[in-house]
Amino acid sequence: MSEQKQNSPQRPKGIGMGPPGMGMMMPPQKAKDFKGTLKRLAAYLKPHRTKLVLVLLTAILSTVFSIVSPKMMGHATTKLYEGVMATAQGVPGARIDFDAINTILLTLVVLYLISAAFGFIQQYLMAGVAQKTVYDLRKDVNSKFARLPLKFFDSRSNGEVLSRVVNDVDNISNTLQQSLTQLITSFITLVGVIVMMLTISPLLTLIVFLTIPASLLATKAIAKRSQKYFAGQQAELGRLNGHVEEMYTGHKIVKAFGHERKSLDEFNEMNEKLYDSGWRAQFVSGIIMPIMSFISNIGYVLVCVIGGLLVTRNAIKIGDILAFIQYTRQFTMPITQLANIANIIQSTIASAERVFELLDEEDEVPEAKNAKAISKPAGAVRFEQVDFGYKPDEPLISGMNIDVKPGQTVAIVGPTGAGKTTMINLLMRFYELNGGRITIDGEDITALQRRSLRRMFGMVLQDTWLFNGSIRDNIAYGREDATEEEVYQAARAAHADHFIRTLPDGYDTILNEEASNISQGQKQLLTIARAILADPSILILDEATSSVDTRTEIIIQRAMGELMNNRTSFVIAHRLSTIRGADLILVMNNGSIIEQGRHEELLEQGGFYADLYNSQFTGKRITSEVV
Amino acid sequence: MLRLFRFLKPFRWLIAAVLVLVFIQSLSDLYLPTLMADIVDDGVAKGDTPLIWKIGSYMLLIAAVGGISSIGASYFSAKASASFGRLVREKVFGHVQNFSLQEFDKIGTASLITRTTNDITQVQQVLIMILRMMVMAPMMCIGGIIMAISKDAKLSLVLVVALPVLAGAIFAVVRKGIPLFKMMQVRIDKLNLVLREGLTGIRVIRSFDRTNYENKKFDAANSDLTETAIKVNKIMAVMMPLMMLVMNLSTVAIIAIGGLRIENGDMEVGSLMAFIQYAMQIMFSLLMLSMLLVMVPRASASAVRINEVLDMVPDIADNASVKNTGTRKGYVEFRDVTFSYPGAEQPALSNISFKAAPGEVTAIIGGTGSGKSTLVNLIPRFYDTAGGSIIIDDVDIRDLSQEALREKIGFVPQKAVLFTGTIAENMRYGKENATDEEMEHAAEVAQATEFIGTMKEGYGASVSQGGNNLSGGQKQRLSIARALVRQPEIYVFDDSFSALDFKTDAKLRAALRKETVDSTVLLVAQRVSTVLDADRIIVLDEGQLAGIGTHQELMESCDVYREIVYSQLSEEEIA
Repeated sequence: MSEQKQNSPQRPKGIGMGPPGMGMMMPPQKAKDFKGTLKRLAAYLKPHRTKLVLVLLTAILSTVFSIVSPKMMGHATTKLYEGVMATAQGVPGARIDFDAINTILLTLVVLYLISAAFGFIQQYLMAGVAQKTVYDLRKDVNSKFARLPLKFFDSRSNGEVLSRVVNDVDNISNTLQQSLTQLITSFITLVGVIVMMLTISPLLTLIVFLTIPASLLATKAIAKRSQKYFAGQQAELGRLNGHVEEMYTGHKIVKAFGHERKSLDEFNEMNEKLYDSGWRAQFVSGIIMPIMSFISNIGYVLVCVIGGLLVTRNAIKIGDILAFIQYTRQFTMPITQLANIANIIQSTIASAERVFELLDEEDEVPEAKNAKAISKPAGAVRFEQVDFGYKPDEPLISGMNIDVKPGQTVAIVGPTGAGKTTMINLLMRFYELNGGRITIDGEDITALQRRSLRRMFGMVLQDTWLFNGSIRDNIAYGREDATEEEVYQAARAAHADHFIRTLPDGYDTILNEEASNISQGQKQLLTIARAILADPSILILDEATSSVDTRTEIIIQRAMGELMNNRTSFVIAHRLSTIRGADLILVMNNGSIIEQGRHEELLEQGGFYADLYNSQFTGKRITSEVV
Repeated sequence: MLRLFRFLKPFRWLIAAVLVLVFIQSLSDLYLPTLMADIVDDGVAKGDTPLIWKIGSYMLLIAAVGGISSIGASYFSAKASASFGRLVREKVFGHVQNFSLQEFDKIGTASLITRTTNDITQVQQVLIMILRMMVMAPMMCIGGIIMAISKDAKLSLVLVVALPVLAGAIFAVVRKGIPLFKMMQVRIDKLNLVLREGLTGIRVIRSFDRTNYENKKFDAANSDLTETAIKVNKIMAVMMPLMMLVMNLSTVAIIAIGGLRIENGDMEVGSLMAFIQYAMQIMFSLLMLSMLLVMVPRASASAVRINEVLDMVPDIADNASVKNTGTRKGYVEFRDVTFSYPGAEQPALSNISFKAAPGEVTAIIGGTGSGKSTLVNLIPRFYDTAGGSIIIDDVDIRDLSQEALREKIGFVPQKAVLFTGTIAENMRYGKENATDEEMEHAAEVAQATEFIGTMKEGYGASVSQGGNNLSGGQKQRLSIARALVRQPEIYVFDDSFSALDFKTDAKLRAALRKETVDSTVLLVAQRVSTVLDADRIIVLDEGQLAGIGTHQELMESCDVYREIVYSQLSEEEIA
């Protein structure tokens, strides 16, 4: 993750500018299709166009008023000066024209008030527009998630997917909130200031203009170098963070093997490099402001001197100098801002593009037109000539036929990582077949409503998924309309009631984010209770209870047994009794089903299963020689 | 955060230089308007062209001095903040290296990582801001006030009104804003949580057909966040226009009042113009300060977290005078060992006693939470016992240096941890100067030769962070090989065979048996088949010693053991 991304959620929101000049320090990310993405993003803003027009108007007005005011203030000063000069020269009856000055000052007050009001309205409106747009965008992304096939999620890390919704959308939100109006106001200020300066004195304007190429050149040269250093710093920081992460997660091993010294040495070396590129990056980027302000000071001095000379020749008025000085000060800011915003907008469009890419991902295959629902499924499952592979050129399953009668138990056997999720993926139609068909109660699953299909299944997997919420809610997740009593019943049937009631808050115990406040075995019992409550007609169970103690394991076993009663069950089997008692054993290896049949049949075949069985359950004989 | 700045001490000269340079820079910025006033009052009013030129060149000089000081300040502040970051990082990392697992448990590994990386970066960035801009604000402010008073004390009364108004406005907005900012962070976290749960549980959600429910949950979080974000931004919408209004109205007041004073001959026009610019500079510096202030709370939260780490005293430290072990090698004895995790109501282990000698296999079995892993973690002194003692080779392990103690042990953890580097580097982690033969031998025993052979670069094949490019079984075999390379006196296997398939498991243990004839082996196991023929089986039940003996003995005497056996093996296999 780049530094920019990391920082973007922390960018102080709603406050203009930010550290000046920082935006141009980072090499901007570029979008592939700038125009197209911009258009699409604009479409999101469309519902708010009335407000946007208002924002635009108020922004223009607010800026225009603030541009006019220095000149008016200059008039007031001139009037003062003229009065003073006249008195000094002894012009009879000369005095400062306070009436005129007061009129000007009053106008100024009104102008300032209007400008402030408009400025406020503009930001106030934009807050609503920006946040609502981002709300819509997030909502679209989330509902897209619900429609995407699992293939999409399986091929990406959660972090990667999350970063689109969180960082990228956040980036867009900040830009809409700040940079968009800044773009408008900066541009208007720039144009307005130039116009005002020209009306005061073309000569002085020319002088100020001469400083622009100088500051542009300086900024460009420095930005180029600083980007190099920043990239270096980023790389060093990444390396250092990687080292810290690795050493901390492996702390036990570092200690066990006495490598503390070595790890510290490595760290110090990286730290030194980080320091070296870090201070350079910081320094180089830090001199942009002084150089810019020096150049602008040169402009300031020139304006003072030449302006002063012009006044002595009566070419301009004294107040004009004051106004002009204020304009020069206002002049540099929008230039820097525009340069910044250009980069920010580029990276925003790149963010938007990533979000849109996600929105454009292919949806799950749509349901058949008049998709059916099976109201009371019996649970007969048939695979007919099923072909499947995650990649088209690597078939895992070809021409598979199985026939499971309602209430039967299918044991899936194989070494770890053999591809048990493949079965789940196919049964629940998380993935589409390459050939053949799967039927439930004689209906092709592609002809069924997805919801109805998935409701037929209950899953109890080893990697239990529970959410941040109360135990009650987690169990009730199994069925939307479950009553309290049903939840308790399910918990009792899953042998979970007892342990839940021993917790201080009982059913109201809130599971924390990693659900680390209850044990792995207890989690598994909760998922069983959830499945019992859902009352599915077909079960997918994972018997693996590797991180569960033996007593809980017995309880889980008993609970699973009850759950499997009278239901068609696909069991990722680990225990001999289940395997031997199964009506069908599917032997999987490396993702494909290599053998199938009953226990005795497979043993007779003397293939992979026989081998596995012998090493696993008669392995005792080998071990006795071993240990 | 101030407490963390004690680490700035070695760099006090750098910081002093920054302060001096920033001061010069502020002075020069403030002096320019004064000179401009001179141009107007002495040059323009009197038509003195040479004087205008003279003051003009003087101004250029001052601007140059200011620019150079500013560059200098940038140089020293970059150095100071980078040095500070380097020092704090080094201190934290070095300190954490001394932590026992106790401290890791207390703070959490993930949090420790963030504290060492992001939190320090965060503080370092704010330090730069402080050095570059925040110190300038008070200098500008005070300098500006002095200049303003020196120009015209009475007119400065305008500032006496304007500044508190401005400060008050800033304060009011910030005070309303900060709780909202905090609330916003909470809501962002909430939204992230909902999203993350939705992603990790996607199969479950879809299989229970609860997509709509999840959508509702997301929508609620999304609306909450949006609502707060709108509020925050609306408050912020007041900020800028309000500030500008106060500044502009002050200017108007200065002209109005200044005009009167000019008429009375108390003041000159040039001075008035200079005065207006001072007022601007003062207020701008206040504004800048308020923007930077937003960053400080976040950084101070980081600083608090860093200090927490630095303040933590490692539980385990070597004695001042360490003992050495004698000639006996590989003798492990637990004498009435009791251990509790901090804050736990009940001890994780109580009154455990046993002896193990070279050539013997001691297996530890029991349910989760029974204290198996805890027991073996005490041997390399990852934790210290609360009662009783552990004796290795006739010496209490607390009297040995941690280094000497751990040198005796080949530890294989439950979860295989590998480091970035090559396979060979990972194996040599056990013994840095291991020869190729030693390494290959260890790989062979650990049944790793086969898969290493299939890799293109063999032992030179690279292992990515955390060993993510290897399967669980492969990682575990390398982790075992790493311990084997050491040829230690004592082997500790903490349930280290779980990711292996049965065939490999059996082969590996057969090979291990030969390899470890002269060593003491302690192994934690889940499967009864693994422990059947150990010389000694220790059965733990909720931290208590439920039984100790061979399989046959325990089958007769120990209920807990029998229960475990029956749950795993079928009748015929037990017989």
